[in-house]
Amino acid sequence: MILIALLALPALGALLAFLPGRTGRLAATCAAGLTFGLSLRLYSTDSGYWYEFDRAWVPALHLRFHLGIDGISWPLVVLTTLLTLLCCLYSLWKTPDNRLIGLLLALQVGLLGVFVALDLVLFFVAFEVVLLPMFAIIAGWGGPKRRHAARKFVLYTLLGSMLLLIGVVLVINQTGTADLARPAGTASLAAFVFLALGFAVKAPLWPLHSWLPDAHSEAPTVGSVLLAGVLLKLGTYGLIRVAIPVAPDGAREAAPVLAALAVGAILIGGLICLAQKELKRLIAYSSVGHMGFVLLGIATMTATGLQAALIGNLAHGLITGLLFFLVGALKDRTHTGELSELGGLRESSPQLAGLLGFAALASLGLPGLAGFWGEAFAVIAAAQRGWWLAAVLAAVGGALAAAYLLRLLRKVTHGPSTLKLTGPAGYELAAWAPLVVLTVAVGLAPLLVTGVTGPAVDALVEAFTK
Amino acid sequence: MIQSIDHAILLPAYLAAGTAVLVFVADLVTPRRAVSLSLGVLGALAVIVAAVRAPQGRRTFCLPEGCSYVYDKQAAVVAVAFAALTAIVLVLSATTRAEPGEYSFLLACSMTGGVVLGAAGDLITLIVGLETLTLPLYALVALRRGIRSAEGALSLFVVSVIATAVALFGAALVYATFGGVHLDQLAKATPTAQLVPVATLGAVLLIAGLAFKVAAVPLHGWAPATYDGAPLPVTAYLSTASKLGGVIALLLVSGALLDVRPTTRAVLAVLAVATMTVGNLGALRQTRMVRLLAWSSIAQAGYVLAALVVSGPAAVAYTLFFVIMEIVAFGVVIAARNDGDGGRIADYRGLARRSPWLAGALVLALAGLAGLPPGFAGLFAKFTVVQALVDGHWTWLAVIVVLNAVLALAYYVRVGATLFADSDEAPTPIRWPITAALAIATALALVVGFLPQWVLSAVGY
Repeated sequence: MILIALLALPALGALLAFLPGRTGRLAATCAAGLTFGLSLRLYSTDSGYWYEFDRAWVPALHLRFHLGIDGISWPLVVLTTLLTLLCCLYSLWKTPDNRLIGLLLALQVGLLGVFVALDLVLFFVAFEVVLLPMFAIIAGWGGPKRRHAARKFVLYTLLGSMLLLIGVVLVINQTGTADLARPAGTASLAAFVFLALGFAVKAPLWPLHSWLPDAHSEAPTVGSVLLAGVLLKLGTYGLIRVAIPVAPDGAREAAPVLAALAVGAILIGGLICLAQKELKRLIAYSSVGHMGFVLLGIATMTATGLQAALIGNLAHGLITGLLFFLVGALKDRTHTGELSELGGLRESSPQLAGLLGFAALASLGLPGLAGFWGEAFAVIAAAQRGWWLAAVLAAVGGALAAAYLLRLLRKVTHGPSTLKLTGPAGYELAAWAPLVVLTVAVGLAPLLVTGVTGPAVDALVEAFTK
Repeated sequence: MIQSIDHAILLPAYLAAGTAVLVFVADLVTPRRAVSLSLGVLGALAVIVAAVRAPQGRRTFCLPEGCSYVYDKQAAVVAVAFAALTAIVLVLSATTRAEPGEYSFLLACSMTGGVVLGAAGDLITLIVGLETLTLPLYALVALRRGIRSAEGALSLFVVSVIATAVALFGAALVYATFGGVHLDQLAKATPTAQLVPVATLGAVLLIAGLAFKVAAVPLHGWAPATYDGAPLPVTAYLSTASKLGGVIALLLVSGALLDVRPTTRAVLAVLAVATMTVGNLGALRQTRMVRLLAWSSIAQAGYVLAALVVSGPAAVAYTLFFVIMEIVAFGVVIAARNDGDGGRIADYRGLARRSPWLAGALVLALAGLAGLPPGFAGLFAKFTVVQALVDGHWTWLAVIVVLNAVLALAYYVRVGATLFADSDEAPTPIRWPITAALAIATALALVVGFLPQWVLSAVGY
C-alpha cells in the first residue's frame, strides 16, 4: 500500500496544481515534499523486496500492477523524490507557474513508476508516462530553440521506447512471463538487443546520444536537472533491472559490444567536451561520458561493476543536478552560456564560483566526493573482467574529464570580470545545499549507498550467473 | 422450404431500422431539429439495450451449408459500438446546419447497416450490410452545401462504386471456386487444385475492395477531400463508424479465407505497410486540421490491417480503442469550430488558454492516437497490436508498426504544441449538447484507458 501512496501522492499533486493561483502551487509542492518524506520512510536493509504489491490489471496483455522496492531501486527513488522536491521549490520562486509544477509532478509519477515496477509491461507503461511531460517542460519553458529541441527529444526517445516495446513483447513471448521479481531469464539475444537499444537511447549511449545536447541546452533549469539527474538513469536502471535479468545469456554475448561502446562514449564525450563553447552543452556532453562509466560497469556483469554503476548513477544524478542548477543560475544572471563571453566569476560572485568549482571537482571524480567511486570501480571491474584495454582507455577518459572541467573553470571563474553579478539567493541556496551535502556524504562514506545496494546486487548477480 | 426465424436476435436490427422509419415519419409531423435528433438518439440507445440483452450464440436464416445471421459476442459488441457512435454523432450534430430529419434518417439507416454487418454469416449479407452502412454517407457528405462538399461526395461515390464492384467480383470468384458464400463453409472448404489461383484472386479482390472502406492505400485518396468537405459530425462518423464497418467486413472475410490462402495474408501485410506509411507521410505535411486527422486515420487503418494479418480480435480491439480516441478528437474540433469547417491547424493556437478543457480533451485524444500516456487507451491499443504480431511471428511487421508510431508522433506533437501557443482570440461559446457528448466520449476514453481489459475481453483477445 505504501508503494501505491508513493505513486498516488505525486499524481494527486499534479491534479492539485490545477487549483488556481498560489494555492495550487503550494499544494503541489507539499505533495512533492510528502512524497520525499515517504520515500525516506521506505528505507530498510533487507536483501529481498522491502515492500511488494501485486494485483492483476490487464491479464490479456500480461500487465499486472506489480510494484516492489529493494536496494537497487531505493536510492534512485530517493534521488527522484529529492530532485523533484528541489525543482518544485526552485520553481516556486523562479518561475511560479502552476502548470510547470504540475508537469514536474506528473513526470515524477512516471519516474517513480519505472523504479518500482516489477512487471515488464507496467515498467514499459511508466517509461512512456515520462515522455510527454518532459516534452512539455522543454517546449513550454525552454530557450529560444525549444520547439526544435523538444521535438528532437520526444521523437528520439519515442524511437527508443518503441524498440523497448518490441523487446518487452519478445521477452513475454519467449518466456511466457512479464514478472521482473522472478524473471525466467531465458529470453534470446534478439530480445536483449531490442531492450538494450531502447535503454541505450535513453541513457544515452554513444552513438545514440545526439538528442541530449539539444534537449539540455534548451531545457529550463529544472528540466535539465531532472533530465540529467533522473531521466538518464531510466536507461541504466532498465539495463540492470530488466535487460540483464530477463536475458542473461544474450547480455553475456552482447557485453563486449556494450563495453566497447561505453568506452567510446567516455572518450568521445570527453573529446567533444574539450571543444565545446557553450556551458550547458558542455555539461550535457559530460553526461555522455559519465553515463559511459556507468554502462561500462553494467557491461562487466559482475557485482563490483553493478555496484559501481549504481553508485555512479546516484553520484551523477547529484552532481550533474547541482551543475545544471548552478549553470542555470549563471545563465539567468549573465544571459549567455558562451564560454568566451563569461569570465571573472571569482571576482563578480565568489560564492557561485566556489560552488561551481566544487561541483566541477566532484564531476571530474575527485576522491572524497561522490563522483569518484562509480568511475574508479567501473575501471576496476573492467580490469577484473580482463578487459585491460577498456580499463586503460576509460581511465584516460577520466583524465579527459579533468581536462575539460578545469578548462571550464579557467574560462568561467578566471579572467577579467565582465559583469557585476548578484550572489545566490536564499531559495537557490536552499535548492543546492542538499545536493552539496549529499555529494560530500556519499563521497566520504560510499557505504551509505553500497550498504543498501549490496545485498540486492549480490542476489541479482547470483540469480543470473547460476 | 420453411425457415424458422429467430426474432430475438434480430431485435437490434429491427430497432435500428425502426428508428430510421420513426425519425422519417416524425419529421413529416413535426419538422423540428430537437425532435429528429433526440428520437434518433433514443433509438440508438434502444439498439444498445437490445444488443446487450439479445441472446448471444444463436443464429438464424440457416441453410444446411451455414447460417446467414450469426449473433455472437462480436456481433453484439459491433452493434453496441455502432449505436453508441451514432448516438454521439447525433448529439454532436446539434448545431450542424442541415435538414435534421433527413440527417437523422440517413444516420439511422447507416446504423442499421452496421448492426446487420456485425452479424453477417455469408458474403451476401456482409456486402448488403456494408452497402447499407455506406450508401447514406454519400448523401450525408453532400449535405453541407458548397463545392468542396459536392466534390467530396462525388469522389467518395465514384471510388466506392469501383471498390464495391471489385469486392463483388472477388465474391463471385470465391463463390465460383468454393461453391458457397457462407463464411463457415468458406473456412472449411478447399477448392480443387486447378482452381486455387482463381480462388486466391477472388480472395485478394474481395479484400482489396473492402479495404476501400477503411481508406487503405491505394484506395485512400478519397478520404482527405471527403473528410474536409463533409459536415464535421459526418466526418466524425465516416472516420469512426464507417471505418469500424470496413474493419468488421475485412475481419469476417479474412477470418474465413486467411487460413485457406496464405497469399491473402501477404496481401494484407503489404496493404498494411503501405497504408500506415503513406498515411503518416501524408499527415506530416497537412496544414488543415481535418485533413491531418484524415491522413492520420489512414495510417491508423494501416495498424488495424497489420493486426488483421495475425489476429482478428486484436484488430477489433485496436479499432475500438481508436474509434474512441477519434470521436473525442472530432468532438473537440466540432466544439471549437462552432459549425464552421475544421479550419487550419493554426486556428487552434491558444486553445489551451481559451478553453482549457477542450484543449485537454484534444491532447488526450492526440496522445492516444499517438499511443502515449495520458492516452492510455491508445498505448494499450498499440501494445495489443505489437503483441499480436510478435506472438504470430510477424516481428518485422511489428517493427514497421512501431517505426510508424514514431513518425506519427511528429505531427501529433506539432498539433499539440500549437494548442499551447499564445493567442488572444476570445473563447467561443459551446452548446450544451456538444459539451455533454464530448464529456461522455472523453470519460469513456479515460475509463477504457485504465480498464482496457473490458475492451479486450469483449472482443475475445
